[in-house]
Amino acid sequence: MSVEQFLYYEARLLDTQQFEAWLELFTDDATYWVPLERNQEDPLETSSIIHDDRTLLELRVKQARHPRAHARQPLARTVHQVGNVTVSEEKAGEITVNSTLQLVEFRSEKQRLYGALVEHRLRRENGGFKIAHKRVDLVNSEGELDGIAILF
Amino acid sequence: MAADEQLAMLVQADRVHRSVYTDPAIFELEMERVFGRAWLVLGHESQAKHPGDYFTTRMGREPVMVTRKDNGEIGVLVNRCAHRGAMVCAEGRGNAERFVCPYHGWSYDRSGVLQAVPFAGGYEKDKLPKGLKAVPRVSVYRGFIFASLSSQGDDLETFLGPARASFDDFVDRAPGGELEVAGGVFKHAYGGNWKLMLENHLDGAHPAWVHASSVAVARGAPEPGKPGEEHYYDIAVRQMRQNGAPDSVWDAIGTWTTPHGHGYMGDYHDDTRLVAGLGNPAFEEYRRRLVTCVGEKEADRILRVTLWNTIIYPNCSFMSQFRQLRIIHPVAVDRSVVHTYSFRMKDAPARMFRDTVAFANVVNGTGSWVLTDDLEVYERIQHGLASGALDWVYLGRGYGRDVDEPDGVRRGATGTSEIFIRAQFTAWLRYMSQ
Repeated sequence: MSVEQFLYYEARLLDTQQFEAWLELFTDDATYWVPLERNQEDPLETSSIIHDDRTLLELRVKQARHPRAHARQPLARTVHQVGNVTVSEEKAGEITVNSTLQLVEFRSEKQRLYGALVEHRLRRENGGFKIAHKRVDLVNSEGELDGIAILF
Repeated sequence: MAADEQLAMLVQADRVHRSVYTDPAIFELEMERVFGRAWLVLGHESQAKHPGDYFTTRMGREPVMVTRKDNGEIGVLVNRCAHRGAMVCAEGRGNAERFVCPYHGWSYDRSGVLQAVPFAGGYEKDKLPKGLKAVPRVSVYRGFIFASLSSQGDDLETFLGPARASFDDFVDRAPGGELEVAGGVFKHAYGGNWKLMLENHLDGAHPAWVHASSVAVARGAPEPGKPGEEHYYDIAVRQMRQNGAPDSVWDAIGTWTTPHGHGYMGDYHDDTRLVAGLGNPAFEEYRRRLVTCVGEKEADRILRVTLWNTIIYPNCSFMSQFRQLRIIHPVAVDRSVVHTYSFRMKDAPARMFRDTVAFANVVNGTGSWVLTDDLEVYERIQHGLASGALDWVYLGRGYGRDVDEPDGVRRGATGTSEIFIRAQFTAWLRYMSQ
């Protein structure tokens, strides 16, 4: 599977609401990060919109399935449009992949549009890939945002 | 009927008319009479430390800039050129020698006094304005910056009254008393009236329902680590679990209100390792530093204060134990924006601030498990109140059993009393009918 195909597959899992299968794409030591600030370097002493290790990411997926997850049920419908994929050389067993994301979310009669620069660090595993790190820099991360209850 | 009598009919002892949340005309009047009269929290002195430092914010809907003047005082200026009205200062923060309007180059010094006007010969000299409009009253309490758009009214100490204790708690916890805004600002919006947030933050009956999903997933999470073996996620899991405290805990914590509509609630955390970080080496070091500054006895007193959220009516909510402060900016009758700040205790171990950031992310973060459900409910309230089928919003939990305490303080019969909302509307009606 090519890197591009892997990113499209990941997006497809999110858009078809197969969150548990999506979670399986991540390594056990993975981080999933949506920084608050532009060019944010530190996730521990500056807040983040989302800063999850594998444990917290799993809680996030579980919450989406909870019948009284008011902001998440019924689930939003989304389109993750992945583009401008560039692949760097493999280093220390990881491939850094940069891409852009345009995401359309529809829920409760409201449609929202997000744009982001995305970085994946991928590891090869069983002929495919696993995500060791995913960073999503929303273009409006420092702006006034509605609550975010979807997965990027 | 006089307008004030009509307003009084909207606010009754244990209920309010839905139009206070939905009527654009009432919202306009609130901006003039509540946000135009009350002291508003604008920020903290650490955001403008040195002469020329400034940051922009809003007082209600008024764009203002908070500046550190050359004489070291804090000033608040309306961010509107005295000429044709452009905002002289782009949104944000920085340091400036002069504020120069981008439209025709009128420039103002750090106190807002007009300095230079290009094409000055074109204007009648005695008709030139003196400078930017200064907000009439500015005051600082223990580092927190307040301002009022009205030149009249109670002074800040009277306005805060017994709620000063919450700010004292906030500051006293810092060894040496030094706090600074740090760690980024969350800005979140919701499609609901500004009052809905203030009516939620002391509501001990909502977490079991609103936050049911995050409580459930946190209960299923791996156990937090032993002292010294904490996981990154422990703060998140502990806090989400705590929202599922039994009804008896919520009823026992206490809720207090002040004559100006402020309110505070006791701490509902019985997880000692969450708040006090018991057994945590960083917390022990923090405590040692506090003892060095104020002595053993005073440190004990400070750390025993168990306030959780405090509301400063009408625009601020904060909690001292994890040093979070939220300022609400009403945008329209059905749209509000909230800015959330974290504070670092300058002389505490770095780890203490990491816990603050982790706490901010899980509770107040725009993408958090907790806040997102609150925002969803605010929007559902706003939708529900659009219904004309029912006129009244019932605020009767604990009504008739409020307890008088010294200094005008009133305590709810139980920690889950809606007394704090009733107190907010008492203050609201007073501002609105002045």
